[in-house]
Amino acid sequence: MSKVALTVNGKPVEVEVEHRTLLSTVLREALGLTGTHIGCDTSQCGACTVHLDGRVVKSCTVLAVQVQGQSVKTIEGLAPSFDASGARLHPVQQAFSECHALQCGFCTPGMIMAVTGLLQDHPQPDDQQIIHGLEGNLCRCTGYVNIIKAVKQAAQMMQA
Amino acid sequence: MYEFSYVKPASLDEAAQLLANHDDAKPLSGGMTLIPTLKQRLAQPSHLIDIAALTELRGIEVTAGQLIIGAATRHIEVATSMTVRTALPALAALASTIGDPQVRNRGTLGGSVANNDPNADYPAAVLALGATVHTQRRAIAADDFFQGVFTTAIEEGELITRIAFPLPTRAAYAKFPHPASGFAMTGVFVAETGGRVRVAVTGAGPGVFRWREAEAALADRFAAESIEALVVDPSGLNADIHAPAEYRANLMKVLASRALRAILNSSEGAVA
Repeated sequence: MSKVALTVNGKPVEVEVEHRTLLSTVLREALGLTGTHIGCDTSQCGACTVHLDGRVVKSCTVLAVQVQGQSVKTIEGLAPSFDASGARLHPVQQAFSECHALQCGFCTPGMIMAVTGLLQDHPQPDDQQIIHGLEGNLCRCTGYVNIIKAVKQAAQMMQA
Repeated sequence: MYEFSYVKPASLDEAAQLLANHDDAKPLSGGMTLIPTLKQRLAQPSHLIDIAALTELRGIEVTAGQLIIGAATRHIEVATSMTVRTALPALAALASTIGDPQVRNRGTLGGSVANNDPNADYPAAVLALGATVHTQRRAIAADDFFQGVFTTAIEEGELITRIAFPLPTRAAYAKFPHPASGFAMTGVFVAETGGRVRVAVTGAGPGVFRWREAEAALADRFAAESIEALVVDPSGLNADIHAPAEYRANLMKVLASRALRAILNSSEGAVA
């Protein structure tokens, strides 16, 4: 067992883990952040996508001990808290809702974290950049058309 | 996963010492192959030696006609480095097509080359460019390094420290990615360096290999038509549920032609 100190959604946390414990397990089980989903056991689906020091990673394919001292953002930490404008959702979340960019919703947290990463690198992505940027995330409902629509809407909202 | 002990050494020497002291220890870099392998209980190392943050394994520089990249450099860093994009744009383009964004943010050059997956992208670049793989013990020419499926010249306890790529006059990589994994069903890297043409193929056979017939044809005439005139024997090529050997044989020609057209139609000579 080892103690791992990290920052999760802006708050410092310390957890005691087996060396083989995955970051996704810490998030879901130790910290109760169950918005990070586990959709496969093969590192393919991307439902567990979080930001690690600002870059998208699959939290099921990172050991908790590897992220000592690093900063993790999950879907729970994405939306700003209430502000004067009353906004409750991050623009990407808002766009996913408005474009109905989900069917069963299971892949959605990972998709949204991947999209926010994509928009950092490509603030106004074209279709090819969106498709290439979401290659690590699978939607088994195959609802990709509305996801692409939502990415474009989110890009517009974030530019405004 | 089976249990293991995770250790994060402070130096390359310490990492090498840990590997020497523990027969069943494995180095951990980006972990993009190793961790999924552990999750499936297909390996049972006693220790994971995390080398990803070692300063000796980092850095990108151009010196004396070579692009030198530290082994722990992540794919995203190669893909976006202005140094790589200027000196060897085909390599930056290749790195931008590896796996998916999450994989590119973690996976490393040295990890990919040491693993030598028969469908990996980087081995094609290392072999076609005639790169030199440096370890803490020696320098290994690409032609001697790759020795078949998941097999390399690396010995127990030996760690890749950096890879030196001679700068080509012109080069391009073209791949047909597996739609789910992003691995190359087949990928072809064409490079002309110091007046010599080398063509390396990944994904099609049991490990990366040089396509000598294509090299000879391109030395004769550097054009896509030279490739299109070749006949590829599918015997010995990979066949699986994704594609029979004949399909991969055809992909070799298609992708080599695409790489050539990219070179000849572009002043930069890079293609994804």
